[in-house]
Parts: sequence; C-alpha cells; structure tokens
Amino acid sequence: MIRLENVSKSYPTSTRPALDGVDVEIEKGEFVFLVGSSGSGKSTFLRLLLKEDTPSTGRVHVLGKDLARLSPWKVPALRRQIGCVFQDFRLLPNKTVTQNVAFALEVIGKPRGTIEKVVPEVLQLVGLEGKGGRMPDELSGGEQQRVAVARAFVNRPMLLIADEPTGNLDPTTSVGIMKLLDRINRTGTTVVMATHDAQIVDSMRRRVVELSQGKVVRDQSRGVYGYGA
Amino acid sequence: MRAQFVLSEIWIGLRRNATMTVALIVVMTISLLFLGGSLLVGKQVDHMKGYWYDKVEVTVYLCGETSSAGNCGGKEVTNDQRQQIGKDLAATPQVERVFYESKQQAYARFKEQFKDSPDLVANVTPDALPESYRVKLHDPKQFDVVASAFQDRPGVDTVQDLKKLLEPVFKVLDGVSFGVLLFSGIMLFAAILLIAIMIRVSTFSRRREIGIMRLVGASNLYIQLPFLLEGAIAGLVGGVLASGFLAVSKWFIVDQRLRQYIKFTTFIGWGDVFAVIPVMVLTGVLISLVASYLSLLRYLRV
Repeated sequence: MIRLENVSKSYPTSTRPALDGVDVEIEKGEFVFLVGSSGSGKSTFLRLLLKEDTPSTGRVHVLGKDLARLSPWKVPALRRQIGCVFQDFRLLPNKTVTQNVAFALEVIGKPRGTIEKVVPEVLQLVGLEGKGGRMPDELSGGEQQRVAVARAFVNRPMLLIADEPTGNLDPTTSVGIMKLLDRINRTGTTVVMATHDAQIVDSMRRRVVELSQGKVVRDQSRGVYGYGA
Repeated sequence: MRAQFVLSEIWIGLRRNATMTVALIVVMTISLLFLGGSLLVGKQVDHMKGYWYDKVEVTVYLCGETSSAGNCGGKEVTNDQRQQIGKDLAATPQVERVFYESKQQAYARFKEQFKDSPDLVANVTPDALPESYRVKLHDPKQFDVVASAFQDRPGVDTVQDLKKLLEPVFKVLDGVSFGVLLFSGIMLFAAILLIAIMIRVSTFSRRREIGIMRLVGASNLYIQLPFLLEGAIAGLVGGVLASGFLAVSKWFIVDQRLRQYIKFTTFIGWGDVFAVIPVMVLTGVLISLVASYLSLLRYLRV
C-alpha cells in the first residue's frame, strides 16, 4: 500500500533534513497514527505520499506505484485514489455543503447522475443529512470537518490522509470525527493520520509511528501517544 | 469533461475580473482593428499597383522649341528623327505597343486632365506641350533598357517612367501599412501583458479552488481550461468587435469618402475586408490562448 525505503528529504533553507532515512511500510486497511512534535517531519511525510514533494533520496511507493517513476500527468490519477483532510478544513466558503462535496467529483469529470446519487449518500455517512444546503460558515467546526471528510471520501479512495484533523476541535467533537474515520477505515480504506492528540491515540490503540527530527524513533502496533504520556 | 461546469467556472472568472476583462477586450479590439487596418492598407496598395502597373507607360518626349535637354540643341525634332525613333521603338523586343501623341493630342489630354483649373488651361497653347511616344512595355521593370537606348538619341528630350513617379506613392502607403502594423504589435504586446496580469489575479483569487482541485486529482487540463478559455473568449470578443469596427471604417472612409473624390484608382472591396476578418479573429484568439498558457505555466504550478 505504502512503502518508504530509506527516504530522506532536505529543504534548501534548512540545515537539518526534514526526513532522515525513513523506512516505513503500511499495509492495506491499516490505521496508522503519525506522531511527533512540530517539525518532526510529519507533514513532509504526508506530502511525499501525495507527490506534492519528491524525496531527496530513497523511494516512495504508494498504491503500488513508484512515485519517482510516475510521470507528472499521472499524478492526478494517483490523487483521485487518495482522500485528504486537514486541520483547517479547506472548504470553499462560497459553496454549500453539497456543492463543496460535489466539487471534488465535478473537477474530475464525474457525470452529473453519479454526483447526484453519491453526494447525499456520503453526507448521510458522515452524519450531515439535511444540512446539504448550508454554507460552511453556518456550521460548527466539527460539522465543517465532517464536510471535509465527506469530500475526501466521496470518491471512495483507497487511502485517506488526515493532517491533524482534530487540531481545531474540542475533545468531544474530536471523538466524533475519530469515530467517523474509524468507520471509514472499517470499509477497507487505509488511514494515515498525523496528530498531536495524545488522548485520541491512547484511546484508539492503533499502530503508532513516531517521528523525531526526521527519523522514525518508534513503530508500534496498538501503540500509545508517547511513553511519557 | 463536463461542459456546463467548465462554462460556469469561466463565467465566474470573467465576472470576478470584470474590470480587467473589459480592459483586455478594449485593448484587444484596438490592436486587432489596427492589425486589420494595416492588412487592408496593404491590400489597397496591391490594388493600386495592379491598376497602375497595368497602365504604366514609358513616355519618350521629343524635342520641342523650348526643350532644354542637351541632345536637343535647342532645335525641334526633325521628321526623320521622329520616324526613326518610332521605328526603333517598335523594333525593341521589350516593347509591347507604341503610340504617337502629337502636340494637339497632348493638348486635348491636358485640357481634359485640368478641366477644373480653366486658368491653367488658358495659359497653355498646344505648341507649349511636347509631342511624345507612349510606350507600353511587356514588363514594366524593363524600363532601364528602353531608357538607356533612347535617352541620348538626337531628337529625344527625356524618357519618363510612370512607374518611377508612382513608386514614392506606394512607398508612402507601404510605410503607412507598416506603421499601423507596428502600432498594432505594440498594442498586442500590451494585451499580452494584460493577460498575464489577469491570469495572475484570477489564479490568486481562485487559489482555494485550485488547491482543492489539485488535491482531489483534477487533471491539469481541467484546472487550466477555464483560465485558457477566459482569455480566448476575451480575444474572440475583441476580434469580433474589431471586425465590426473595421467594416464600418471601410464603409465610412472608403465607400463614403475616398471613392467619391478619388477617381483615378480602384479601391478595396468587401471581399478584401472578409479576407482580413478571419485573420484578425484568429490572431486575437491564438494570442490570448498562448499568452494565457504561458502565464499559467508561471503562476499556476500544477
């Protein structure tokens, strides 16, 4: 599903590499927490999976493809199989909930009939039935993140990448979002989630990969956030 | 590819940048109008060349009492000289036809030419005008051969080439055509810069949408197409407006003015205008597309 082989990434503006010899393999259907302090390389890790960036050295395989050999015009096809959720939701403020979710399908050229069928289904899945006509600013933070999850999942991706999806949410709302991600994971979608939220990691008891200064310092199935926590 | 979605994106983009779109259309219109104008002036020159070169004659003026040329020696041409020159002209291979024009005929033509200035005609008598041979050449460019053969003959005053007289006129018109083309080029350059700014602004104002499109795997074409078509539409509208203005200008300047007052040449017709219009519209659309694409490469990293 995902395999990083001895991956390093240096940015020209920094003396220390953002990732330093990372070897990680993630199987299909896994739920993996990526933990570590700010600047530990979590975001770089996720960017490499999307081919938003290329590694300085090493190989990245995602969904059976060697990203170094993936020609630029095939990158969109890769991204269609990956859903993304972010801390700041990234909804379009001038579109309704339904339009926001439909946008993700429209821009990859899905026929209108399909869109009209699957958008209400996914809104129901994330618990937003009846709110399709709302604008994002009429929703709570938790609801907005549900819209973002719906948008990420509406095309039924093989892989869902979440970059601190609960970072802007209160603990109770976060639990709701985590239940949703867990439900999505149970449909067979692999989930990779970067987070700072110790409580969530400890309660879910899933695989934990900890990064520190660009190195993998811990890779533990059914792990917790940190030894000290 | 869903046409309706692309069209609505284009509409949103054009409306969001309404001021800039209008500016672009205005600049496009002006530059394309001048492009068309330049092409039409060029066609007009061709028309005039065709009209005049068809009539172009070399005139061999014969010596008269008042001739000042060296080989006249202040004496009028003799009958023998006149006949010999006529025969030799007819025998020259470059010559197609030779007509003799007597003083009386020259006077008649003079009167006809200057019938609007009776004072001038009153002051001229048939004797003051030179007799001449009007020579039609197979190829107007062969003038020099004829001129050098007859220039220094006794009894010949001067050899005059109508083409040499017309050449400066055509040079001026060619210059006008080039100047207008240059101006059009400068305006088109301004249009290209406007497109670059427009793309920069509209990619910035739509950066959220673009970010999400990239993220969910929209193809480059899908992301770029609305921007490309925005530019192309502005180019198309500019081209169509410019074509309209060009047609109106042709009607107003050529048909309503020049044709009324200037009778000695033919003018461009509607066929010429319709030949220029596709060039203008295509230039507008293609320049917009190329400029948009190059700007997108710069401001929209996919």
